[in-house]
Amino acid sequence: MNPAFIHQQVAKIIEQHRLRPGALLPVLHGIQDELGFIPSESVIQISLALNLSRAEVHGVITFYHHFHTTPPARHSIQVCRAEACQSMGGENLAEHVAQRIDERAAGLYDVHPVYCLGLCANAPALMIDEVLHARVTPEKFDRLINALGAHS
Amino acid sequence: MSIKIFVPQDSAALALGADVVAENVLIEAKRRGIDVTLVRNGSRGMLWLEPLVEVQTADGRMAYGPVGPEDIAGLFEANFHLGGAHTLGLGLTEEIDYLKRQERLTFARVGITDPLSLADYLALSGFQGLHKALTMAPTEIVQEVTESGLRGRGGAAFPTGIKWKTVLGTAAAQKYVVCNADEGDSGTFADRMIMEGDPFVLIEGMTIAAVAVGATQGYIYVRSEYPQAISVLNKAIDIARQGGYLGSDILGSGKAFELEVRKAAGSYVCGEETAMLESIEGKRGIVRSKPPLPAISGLFGKPTVINNVISLASVPIILDRGAAFYKDYGMGRSRGTLPFQLAGNIRQGGLIEKAFGVTLRELMVDYGGGSASGRPIKAVQVGGPLGTYLPESQWDTPLDYEAYMAMGAVVGHGGIVVHDDTADLAKLARYAMKFCAIESCGKCTPCRIGATRGVEVMDKIIANQDRPAQIELLRDLCDTMLNGSMCAMGGMTPYPVLSALEHFSQDFAQAVHEETVAGEHHV
Repeated sequence: MNPAFIHQQVAKIIEQHRLRPGALLPVLHGIQDELGFIPSESVIQISLALNLSRAEVHGVITFYHHFHTTPPARHSIQVCRAEACQSMGGENLAEHVAQRIDERAAGLYDVHPVYCLGLCANAPALMIDEVLHARVTPEKFDRLINALGAHS
Repeated sequence: MSIKIFVPQDSAALALGADVVAENVLIEAKRRGIDVTLVRNGSRGMLWLEPLVEVQTADGRMAYGPVGPEDIAGLFEANFHLGGAHTLGLGLTEEIDYLKRQERLTFARVGITDPLSLADYLALSGFQGLHKALTMAPTEIVQEVTESGLRGRGGAAFPTGIKWKTVLGTAAAQKYVVCNADEGDSGTFADRMIMEGDPFVLIEGMTIAAVAVGATQGYIYVRSEYPQAISVLNKAIDIARQGGYLGSDILGSGKAFELEVRKAAGSYVCGEETAMLESIEGKRGIVRSKPPLPAISGLFGKPTVINNVISLASVPIILDRGAAFYKDYGMGRSRGTLPFQLAGNIRQGGLIEKAFGVTLRELMVDYGGGSASGRPIKAVQVGGPLGTYLPESQWDTPLDYEAYMAMGAVVGHGGIVVHDDTADLAKLARYAMKFCAIESCGKCTPCRIGATRGVEVMDKIIANQDRPAQIELLRDLCDTMLNGSMCAMGGMTPYPVLSALEHFSQDFAQAVHEETVAGEHHV
């Protein structure tokens, strides 16, 4: 990504949220939603605009599991690893996902654990990009991934 | 006349293909020249039946489920739009036993209305509580909530009215109302279902809280894992503002209240109220020491009401119907109802709003229909990842804050996660420690270091290295975490661990036992 473009986008997002009390999280969400991640070089820009230290901004970015500082793969897969999903074979599903994704080209998928998607009565669950899927079996997962592969 | 067909847009329904179902209903209706009005309602909470499609008939709403996209043509063929019989037919929705036997107060409208229709909301007693509150003095509102016996539904069960009274009694130029919608516990989805299925009731509850304590700004802190809830809430807030229910002059009362959704960022500990305040302020979610209480010095150092979604969503009906009406439900000091969330390895999982006093066995057997796998149920975790594992001997204790506390358990947010007999409680105890290690905010030592040591000790126990001494060490470590942690994260992680050890010791001793039998065991 072009540094000038990043700078311009970040400036635009900061301007949208700058005056909100506790603006840092909305700013970081805004940047990640727009660029897909929070580029390290934007830390200084954010800290200057919000009158924070670079350590504070860096600290917040790294504290929260949701924020990423490297460009994401084309698709994100969040597999729920919490108790309700475990009780319905969630660990087997997670293993299957890891194996299946391993076979594929790197850079195409990011797999992350997530602790509860709120679909606990229809476990196990996972989220591919922003789309939720419940009662996922390994076979259903393969179908979802194949459908994704068809237009990626 | 146009026929009303309801296809939920609750996340649970969406995750099972409700959008495609809805699309197919429209396509098929058009193909057949049938005039259909599609309503995207919330979920009725019978989650094993999702997507649950309903049709408005002269006799009432008829239910069909679970409906897949491929079923739509067949349903129209069977004239389901006129209430026709079909193998997926479940009869009148209201007559389904699971729903009929509930006591729906907080969830009175969820699944019935279009969540974003102000007209639907108003038609079913919407904003009646706020209208009433605006005729009352602040102390009277607080008194009403106190008398109802409502206690914090997020898990701590602190009396809501007492909290409000402290904020009301603290003079300040600026006060806040913050709704904790960081529903991070596994096995819970009641907050999500309210936000997605009846957002106006939460807005109304928060507005009543604001009027009662003199707050002018509110925040709803919603977890980033709930994109659908965030989207519905933002739309509902705009609609409420346009309707004069939010803004600088609420319903012409001269009172002001603004509301904003704040998106969390995937940190479990931010469900702890002071860590949540830090997060809203734009900082790392590090737990604050108390005192000062947030009611006196909370968000941005100002007096702040912090309540869970369900607590706030229960306020409108309390104001509308009166404290006595609400208090009439429940037992002992646990008044009113709790939306129990039946989840995990259960045949009929879903949301069951019942008065306190119901037992786990009733919920799991009468409602849940036993395990999903068909195997015997072994352990049930109540109250989220920090709640205890209950063995069968405890399933007949009434769900009541005090009765549960007496046996070392917690009701918490009402989440119930069922495990069948294939569950290994030693592994689940290890997971509890692991989860704490991942999610600890790091401020206090018992939680930050204790959880990591806990994982190591559990690994040794599972690998049967010096097991009796390691179990003793585990108990000692749990004692330190329980008594020395700053908040419930480290302070309650021992609950699942110790209850697993207490009630399912065979899972911790399997290998020891086998060795003893083989005559190789040395202590």
